Amino acid sequence: MEGAFILEKLILVVIVFTISLVIAMYSTLAERKIAGFMQDRHGPNRAGFGGILQPLCDGGKFFFKEEIIPAGAHKPLFILGPTLAIITACISSAVIPWGQTLTIGGREVVLQVADINVGVLYIFGVVALGVYGIMLGGWASNNKFSLMGAIRAASQSISYEIPMGLSIIALLMVTGTLSMGEIVAQQSGFVNWNIWAQPLGFLIFMVCAFAECNRVPFDLPECETELIGGYHTEYSSMKLGLYMFSEYINMFVSSALMAALYFGGYNFPFMYELGLSENWITIIGVLVFFLKIFGFIFFFMWVRWTLPRFRYDQLMGLGWKILIPLAIANIVLTAVVIVVKDTYF
Amino acid sequence: MSLFYFVAFVAIFFALMTIFTKNPVHSVLYLVVTFFTLTVHYILLNAQFLAVVNFIVYMGAIMVLFLFVLMLLNLNEDTEPMKSNLVKVMGVIAGMCLFATLLGALRVIEPSNEIVTGNTDIGLVKHLGNVLFNEFLLPFEISAILLLIAMIGAVLLAKKEVKEIKKA
Repeated sequence: MEGAFILEKLILVVIVFTISLVIAMYSTLAERKIAGFMQDRHGPNRAGFGGILQPLCDGGKFFFKEEIIPAGAHKPLFILGPTLAIITACISSAVIPWGQTLTIGGREVVLQVADINVGVLYIFGVVALGVYGIMLGGWASNNKFSLMGAIRAASQSISYEIPMGLSIIALLMVTGTLSMGEIVAQQSGFVNWNIWAQPLGFLIFMVCAFAECNRVPFDLPECETELIGGYHTEYSSMKLGLYMFSEYINMFVSSALMAALYFGGYNFPFMYELGLSENWITIIGVLVFFLKIFGFIFFFMWVRWTLPRFRYDQLMGLGWKILIPLAIANIVLTAVVIVVKDTYF
Repeated sequence: MSLFYFVAFVAIFFALMTIFTKNPVHSVLYLVVTFFTLTVHYILLNAQFLAVVNFIVYMGAIMVLFLFVLMLLNLNEDTEPMKSNLVKVMGVIAGMCLFATLLGALRVIEPSNEIVTGNTDIGLVKHLGNVLFNEFLLPFEISAILLLIAMIGAVLLAKKEVKEIKKA
């Protein structure tokens, strides 16, 4: 491997990492602003112009708060919990294609950190790993409410991984590849977006993404009214901050995933008909991709301030009795359509 | 090659830690690390699909369930039941038998002279799918049925319990 290649990837990794952290930071502000808007109030507007510095203040506050590790807690695992949560949140963005190739000084730069040929499965693996952070943190706290939160998180994430996987299988039958780069490249233009081929699959995937991110209406692991704070009840200072941050990064990554898998990623309508040069198409593509991501993040927040929380048995019922059969029906339907298309058209 | 030895050492080290640690939750976590090293082994063999599936199924699902059960039971060092001596002796004998068998099996093996270099891309999804659905279709389907039986069995067991509770 040549040095320039490693340097190029390193720069890309740093940029992606920074962008995810900044977006996670400003998602906290956006969340509160949107909550304010929906509840007919201003939201935070004191720090900086219109509250623009609020995330920095919050971050600083997290750093300066006293750090408490409870007496009965299991110390190494108590520290490992938030660490794992933030690591798994950050590494899942490695396979997302942010744009096409940029040509800088005769050198082609692919705007994707790693195009491994099992990209979709890689994301699954990382998502599955994410639950360890919550479980270990909740268990190590030596607190009943934390443990309840951890157990809820574990069973919820395992239950919703199944319909998520099944909805992805139907998508893979359409695309015929597991590589994220290829899946996005196939959806050029507007009519080729996978959402037109897999509307039901997208719906299932989105519901599962909400559940995997522990977002309302599926935020039972941290349900304040029942469990105080759920798995992070005993956490203070930046450790709590890391848990919150990982939740927002997960939200960003799953928005990116939905945009990439179903809404064409960096593809936009008439991208080749406007007579733009390659580099401009790439740059506009990246902007369009982020626009789609912000759209999904807004949707996440919109749902949070609109819908009430599920009851736990309703959550399990939805996962096992509605989403899984629907996802299997979707697979069968997709298979039938593909076979009919191949034989008769 | 040195990478292989390093990963193999880590794998065996954590496998031993899994057995020797007293705390069940630590044991599970060491086992998770062991599975991770196995995933690395698969990647070294260029079996990307197997690596990722091992990662998802063992680390992401099965070990989470193990941890889940341990947390529900809240086992730790003090509540570990003392096994009777008879069980211990039987365990030692069974372990020795396994060890002897493995040793005997390994003694017979002779390293082949010619190095078999088959298709190195065999571990990629496309090749694996072709092999599974053409050459090994029957074993594949039979193992699918086996899994289905296990699944139905689990559902049946769960159902039975509900009925008994209702009667009482």
